[in-house]
Amino acid sequence: MPVLEAPQAQAQKKIALVGNPNVGKSLIFNHLSGSYATVSNYPGTTVGVMRGKLKVQGVQAEVVDTPGMYSLISITEEERVARSILMEGNLDLVIHVADAKNLDRMLPFTLQLIEAGFPLILCLNMADELEQRNLSINKEELQKELGIPVVLTAAVTGKGISQLKAEIQKFNQEENQREKDFFPDAFKSVLKEIQSNLKGTYPIQTHAIASLLLQEDIEAVRWVKENDSASFHAIQETINHAKTLYSHSLQYELALSRQKEVERIVNNVFVGESSKRTGFAEKLSQWMMQPLTGLPILAVVLYFGLYKFVGVFGGGTLVDLIEGGLFEGYINPFLVNLFEKIIPWQTFRDLFTGEYGVLTLGVRYAVALVLPIVGAFFLFFAMIEDSGYLPRLAMLVDRVFKKIGLNGRAVIPIVLGFGCDTMATIVTRILETKRERVIATLLLALAIPCSAQLGVILAVLAPYPSALLVWVGVIALEFLFIGYLAAKAMPGEKPSFYMELPPMRFPKISNVFLKTMSRMEWYFKEVFPLFIFASVLIWVGQVTGIFQFLVHSLEPVVQALGLPKEASVAFLFGFFRRDYGAAGLFDLNDAGIMTGVNLLVACVTLTLFLPCVAQFLVMKKEHGMKITLGISAFVLVLALGTGYVLNKLLVGIGWSF
Amino acid sequence: MYLTDGAEEILETMWISLEEKDQTFVSVDYIKEIEKDTHFDELVQFVAELVEKGLVVKDEAKLTLTQAGTIEGKDMVRRHRLSERLFEDVLQIKGEMMNEAACKMEHILHKGIDENICTLLGHPQICPHGKNIPVGRCCEENRKSSQKLVTSLAESPINQEAKIAYLHTDDPQKLQKLMAMGVLPGKNVKVLNHYPSYVFQVGHSQYAVDKSMAEKIFVRLI
Repeated sequence: MPVLEAPQAQAQKKIALVGNPNVGKSLIFNHLSGSYATVSNYPGTTVGVMRGKLKVQGVQAEVVDTPGMYSLISITEEERVARSILMEGNLDLVIHVADAKNLDRMLPFTLQLIEAGFPLILCLNMADELEQRNLSINKEELQKELGIPVVLTAAVTGKGISQLKAEIQKFNQEENQREKDFFPDAFKSVLKEIQSNLKGTYPIQTHAIASLLLQEDIEAVRWVKENDSASFHAIQETINHAKTLYSHSLQYELALSRQKEVERIVNNVFVGESSKRTGFAEKLSQWMMQPLTGLPILAVVLYFGLYKFVGVFGGGTLVDLIEGGLFEGYINPFLVNLFEKIIPWQTFRDLFTGEYGVLTLGVRYAVALVLPIVGAFFLFFAMIEDSGYLPRLAMLVDRVFKKIGLNGRAVIPIVLGFGCDTMATIVTRILETKRERVIATLLLALAIPCSAQLGVILAVLAPYPSALLVWVGVIALEFLFIGYLAAKAMPGEKPSFYMELPPMRFPKISNVFLKTMSRMEWYFKEVFPLFIFASVLIWVGQVTGIFQFLVHSLEPVVQALGLPKEASVAFLFGFFRRDYGAAGLFDLNDAGIMTGVNLLVACVTLTLFLPCVAQFLVMKKEHGMKITLGISAFVLVLALGTGYVLNKLLVGIGWSF
Repeated sequence: MYLTDGAEEILETMWISLEEKDQTFVSVDYIKEIEKDTHFDELVQFVAELVEKGLVVKDEAKLTLTQAGTIEGKDMVRRHRLSERLFEDVLQIKGEMMNEAACKMEHILHKGIDENICTLLGHPQICPHGKNIPVGRCCEENRKSSQKLVTSLAESPINQEAKIAYLHTDDPQKLQKLMAMGVLPGKNVKVLNHYPSYVFQVGHSQYAVDKSMAEKIFVRLI
């Protein structure tokens, strides 16, 4: 009896977690694998695929966490990723993670998975919310209806996880892979007829292929064309005939009949009256979505969250403490001293503790300037993310975003961009069309300053409030104007907006903490080597004289913007990382050689400036070299052009701060 | 104007060819093909009836509609598609059966009755097959009227309890997405917001959609 219990020698088993967005797959994954994926309260955060080793005694397996998908028929890029894992993964077990309180919406997908013949466990998560609403599910009855194991869990508190693990241990693949379907009689004969023509080998059971064919699934059609080219015509005939029997598309009819079956099952197993969403959370949710109250709420969130917390606290207080106190006061003098003793050669000593040394510059920037700011941002982002604010913000800005060729959903990558544009560029995958993804990527590269940059800019411009306002105005205008032009220049399908609004809830401190840590870890892994790399590169450049040459050749460009020629160093740094450049600005400001206008022009130009090396690489991966080079060239010209015009304008009207 | 049922069928076929498929004329052969269940002699009689009443002009084997014929044809099509809507939405009859019933029904719905039914259905714009229902006088008058039985989610009043009647979209992806989110006929739905985007609740879940999506969801007010 092939049970999912692997003897040592046997090949590793494969387990996949699938389910709708926002049901807690990532948390379940964390419990099962012991590592953590980021958890969030908005759909579509897991854009990459997380893999981990299963932590269940006696079972050797790899667990895969997939992006959210609503049904076997996939639409977006992320759903295609999830589906390809299902279809081509040779899975030994699929765990369908579902939201227990929305059983009626979750079951259609469960039925599809059963029909497709996957070895399946249904994990009804968020069972704690079920209890809060005085609802309950008759687990035994549901198991009988579906013919598969069902487990109730609350991943947030860890309740039910041990039962889930026990089910995985005793899972019997054969017993759970019987042919079973929930099609109404009217469709059964049609499906049988198609099935009789499917002779080739397929990754899933043929009656699931038949149902996908009826729903005109492109990939299924391709498979059948390849594997059963001889009978493809006959199959097509059967489908065309079936179409004439119904007034709607077969897809619609199948979904309807599946829904009927689901309703029957739900009525059997669901106990309790559905309660209404009321109370303060619901009111707050309404306020967030009305422009009259929503915009002030947004302003408050931005002011306290971004400005006060990330900018003033992270970029000011924390940076002063770590950079000014710790590094300048103790660490740097100590290191300089130490290296003077152990390395007698000035040139090599500079590599570590020189003006641009790996330790005195690379590590100091990363740890003392960037980390506190980015950390503060990720904490802020995790809070608003977990509270359910983002989808409501998406709803609020949808109309404006439509004008720039995007839909409201794009607020997620855009807001995340204020933390890290590189991370945000990856998250643009949640957008449905290529056009939207390119526009969002362009706007992220151009007009969205990342938190490190933002923190430094806020700190630098804080003494000049009116300059700060001009900076915000110029960047916002550029964002809208270029977005508008991009939408005009790139023809394509108009984006449509739809999003689930999860209930407003008070963020769980443990979740927020976990999420912040995991993002900071990602960021640190991403950014730290680059800082070190940049320091080494600058050192090499300095030793060979290339650095001085580049700084020198940038001087006329910088001077054209009215800036002192020393600022060219900051601009050169900006090529490596935006925040690196901004941090260079911080030093210049400390040196006191910049006027208010200088600072404003430099801040605007550096904000719009080329994306950092990491973002450049991610852009190339997502969109290819051609688009990436195009965007970069465009951004460079626009940044310098804007800086030039702004400087002329401010000097022309004699503005000083 | 009284017409025999057969003549009405021909008028309907002609209007669809000329107005919706942008043909310049309809050939007798085409009519023969469409109405293949009717004997050719009968068809000749029906055409003669239409020519006599000044609705159709016959030039050898080419048929065209006169101005009066165009108006009459449009009404015919309207009555047919309204009947379909009636069977589908109110009487919940579907598929082949609906087609047959609608074919008979359309001949009974003469001026006045069709307007009543149109009003009852909330002046629907699309038949169950996704074709446009020609606009009647009652529709124009009631375009902005308040109480409708069946209306799109975009026009459904805030906090009004309703049931999803049908989804109408030419875009199968949108349809899939709506259905996957649990937006399915028969479900209870309530609109919570109209501006800046639409928010509605199905079961325990709330969704935000834009206007173009909200217009695809038709609900029966309860």
